[in-house]
This record gives sequence, C-alpha cells and structure tokens, in this order.
Amino acid sequence: MRKIFFATFLLCLPAFAWAGDDAAPTIASNADAIAGVQSHLDYVWTLVAAALVFFMQAGFAMVESGFTRAKNSINIMMKNLMDFSVGSIAFWAVGFGIMFGANATGWFGTDGFFLSDFSPGGDPWVLAFWMFQVVFAATAATIVSGAMAERTKFVGYIVYSMAISAVIYPVFGSWAWGSLFHGGGWLEKLGFIDFAGSTVVHSIGGWAALAGALVIGPRIGKYSKDGKVKAIPGHNIPLAALGVFILWLGWFGFNPGSTTAGTKDIAMIFVNTNLAAAAGAVTAMLTAWAIFKKPEVGMSLNGALAGLVAITAGCANVTPASSVIIGAIAGIIVVFSVLIIDRIHIDDPVGAISVHGVCGAWGTLAAGLFNIEGATAQIIGVQLLGIGAAFAWSFGTCFVLFTAIKMTIGLRVSADEELEGLDITEHGGHAYNDFQTLN
Amino acid sequence: MKKVEAIIKPFKLDALKEAVGALGIQGMTISEVKGFGRQKGHTEVYRGAEYVVDFIPKIKVEIVVKENHVDQVVQAISKSVKTGTIGDGKIFVLPVETSCRIRTDERNEDAI
Repeated sequence: MRKIFFATFLLCLPAFAWAGDDAAPTIASNADAIAGVQSHLDYVWTLVAAALVFFMQAGFAMVESGFTRAKNSINIMMKNLMDFSVGSIAFWAVGFGIMFGANATGWFGTDGFFLSDFSPGGDPWVLAFWMFQVVFAATAATIVSGAMAERTKFVGYIVYSMAISAVIYPVFGSWAWGSLFHGGGWLEKLGFIDFAGSTVVHSIGGWAALAGALVIGPRIGKYSKDGKVKAIPGHNIPLAALGVFILWLGWFGFNPGSTTAGTKDIAMIFVNTNLAAAAGAVTAMLTAWAIFKKPEVGMSLNGALAGLVAITAGCANVTPASSVIIGAIAGIIVVFSVLIIDRIHIDDPVGAISVHGVCGAWGTLAAGLFNIEGATAQIIGVQLLGIGAAFAWSFGTCFVLFTAIKMTIGLRVSADEELEGLDITEHGGHAYNDFQTLN
Repeated sequence: MKKVEAIIKPFKLDALKEAVGALGIQGMTISEVKGFGRQKGHTEVYRGAEYVVDFIPKIKVEIVVKENHVDQVVQAISKSVKTGTIGDGKIFVLPVETSCRIRTDERNEDAI
C-alpha cells in the first residue's frame, strides 16, 4: 500500500513543476477561460444552426417540386440551386454590408462589403455571423421561386434573385437587425420585435412573391374563362411532404440559432417552434376537412409551415402555450388565405404568399400580442408599423423590379414553352428520363 | 389468330394472369392506360380547388391467341376480373394478320 502511495506521489511531481511554469490561476484568468469556452460554444451553435438553415434549401426545393408538375422539375431545381448560389455571392459582395454595415442614417449600411471586416488571423466572429445571415437571406429569396413556378423565364428569375439578395432583403434587414453587428436601423430603435424573421425574412419573401405572381400572371389553364379555379395537381406529394419535414427540421436552426449563442435560452425557442408547427398543421387539416369534407394533404402541409413562420417573430418572447395558439391561428389563416388568393386569380402554386407573407404578418403581430412582458399599444403599434413597412418596401420594390424585367429581358416564357414544360425548353432535359409518365 | 385486348381494373391483373395461365396461355403484354366509359369520373380536391378526374387508371392486356381459343380466353378473363361494380372494363377481339417469334423466326401459329 505504501509503495503505491509513494509511486503515485513520484508520478505527480512533474505536475508541480508544470504548474509552476504558468502563473497560478486567478479569478480573472478563470473568468477569461470560462468566457472563452462560452465564445467557442457560441461559434459552434451558430454554425450548426447555419447548417440546419442551409438544409432548408433542400426543403424548399422538394416542396416546390412536389407541388408542381413533373415537366418543370429541373427548372425548380435550377432556381433553388441558383437562389442559394447567386444569393451567397451577392450577399457576400453587397448584401451583408448593406444589412449590417455601419449605418449612419438608420436606413442602410455602408461598409463591410466583400466581408471586409475579416482579415486572416483576425477575429473570425464576422465569418460565423455572416454564414448564419447568408442562409437567412437565401431563405427569403427562395420563397418567391414557388409562387412564380412553372412559367418564369430562368434568366429573368436570376436577375430578381440577385437583386433581392444584394439589396431588397438587406435594406429592410438593416432597419430591423442592423445592430446585431455594426449597423443600427430605425425600426429596431423603435423596439420592433422580430427575433428570427417572420417579417424580415418571411414577409419580405412573401410580399416579393405576391408582386411576382401578380406581374407574371397565372399559369395557362389555372382559371377558366368563367372564373372557376382549376386544380393543377402537383406531381409528387411525398416529395412535398419530405420538403415540409426538412423545413421543420431546419427551423430548429432558424429560430433557436438566432440567439447566436449557446445558452439555455434555446430550449424554450425549440419548444415554441415545434408547438407552433404542430398546432398549425392540425388546425389547417381540420379547417380543410370542414370545408372540403376530407383532410387534405396540401393544406395540412401548408399549415405546418404557416405555424413555423408565425412563431418565428416571437419565438423568444412568448410562452409555449402562446406558441400553440399562435400556430393554431396561423393554420386557420393559411387555409382561407390560399382560397382567397385563388379567388382573386393570383396563381400561387405552393401557397408561398399565404404561408410566408400573410402568416409572417400574423406572426409579427402575435409577437406583440403575446409578449411575455406584456402587450402595450406602443409595442403593438411598432409591430404594425414594421409589418406595413415591410409590405411597402418589398412589394413596392419587387413590383417595380418584376415589371422592369418583364419589359426588358422578359419575365414569362411563351405559351408554347409553358405547355411543353420548362425542363425541355429552358434547360434542354427531362427530370424523369426513365419513368413512364402519362401526359 | 386473334388479339384479345382487355381493359381492366389494375388490381385485377394477377387474377387475369392466373386465369389465362390455367388455359395454357404463355404470354401477354400489358400497358398502363387511362380511360373512362359510361362510368364517368369523380371529383377530387387539391389545395382547395375541386377538379373532376375523367380518366381512371386501367391496365390494358393484349394476348394473341389461336382462333379456336378466343371464346375460352374471353370467358376466363371476364370471369376472373368481374367485380360487378362500374369500371370493370371491356374486352375487344381483333384479327391478327401474321405473327413472328423473333428469336427463332417461327411464323404464325407457331409463334404464339
């Protein structure tokens, strides 16, 4: 026994020498070390969340493809691929600086282009933050792809995609989120609540989608001459459902990741996100069931997304019970919104306007109404102001943009091209070469 | 030789195959088709818009048989796929001019 004790003591001697080389730990150095661990955790969580939000691009691609016809599937894939690829470059070159650069006026940033805030060997936080923000920008951009599916010229769409990632999305983003980095916007200074972007991302995308669908017009055969709404069924419901599940998963990065910090706060945000999605899916299903006598899958899937969009603004400042209510109401709203938008003959193949624009607005309002610390007239007023500003900015600029594209390089394909299918006319291929499909 | 063309409900294909197999028929060709008769279609709903589906998925079965087998085959098919509800399908018999087994170059009745 004594031999073991002595041997152990000898083995520990080097440790004393080693400890003697550094200064003994102090309260300050311990605090530094702990802060260092927290900082590393912030990086890890933010970047894992960014990867989850990136994966939402796959979700959008599957939803849009599943809800549209097989003859346009390549076109959907290309638009989604380019939304993210072109968007990443545009946001790196211009968008990030506009959104988060030094902002003297409160209306747009003026530095930080081409990630100028980073120099090799310098503080890499700007890189982590940029990565997280670029996937958000790409989310807003790709919302429009679904609303304009099956009849948009690829080139015209790319031009829009560049514009929204470089300017339209970042300008509004700078109003609401600029101070998350070097900027500071007029809207956030008023106390606007939009934690993860019901308005900044989803409504901006949704109103852009509205502008696009309005300017480009409905698909051939969607509305009959006597005003009836004709169904154009999607070609792959399982793909659409897969897309919704992927989006739901990605939202677990979208909402909790917006803390950009690995802290206990993310727990409630996770729960709020899930409960709102679930409630939205259920109420949308029940609403559609009541109206159409069958639980319809398209509306139910839209309902889940509606709940997710709606909770995005308030996910950090409402209770889980409130999340259920917010999501449930979104699920009901989205069904009626889809029907109304069809009724006024705006053709939105995937329900993007209803899910992202309308429910984004509801979610932003709900963040004020269900605010844990109390809903005041002032808070609700600012929420409404933000909702209105987003509509005016996004719908306004995009309406002009799409009209300009329409009048110059052309926005819509020809009737023959649309009937034949964009896969063959725009991209020279078939998405399903070996399948036997009846057309 | 005659070609027996049967348009049947897709889930009845196995029953048809067994029934004609019992008669010694050794080959057939099937295709996935859509169609309607007096049955008309039904209404479905997609994202809030109702639409009428006129063309119902069916299977078309084509079997070339000796002329003296036609009646047996038609009866066997009819009996095996009949459900009694609308949409059971139809059987047509057409004349066949010549046949050829590609592998062996056998002709006409030797080819079927």
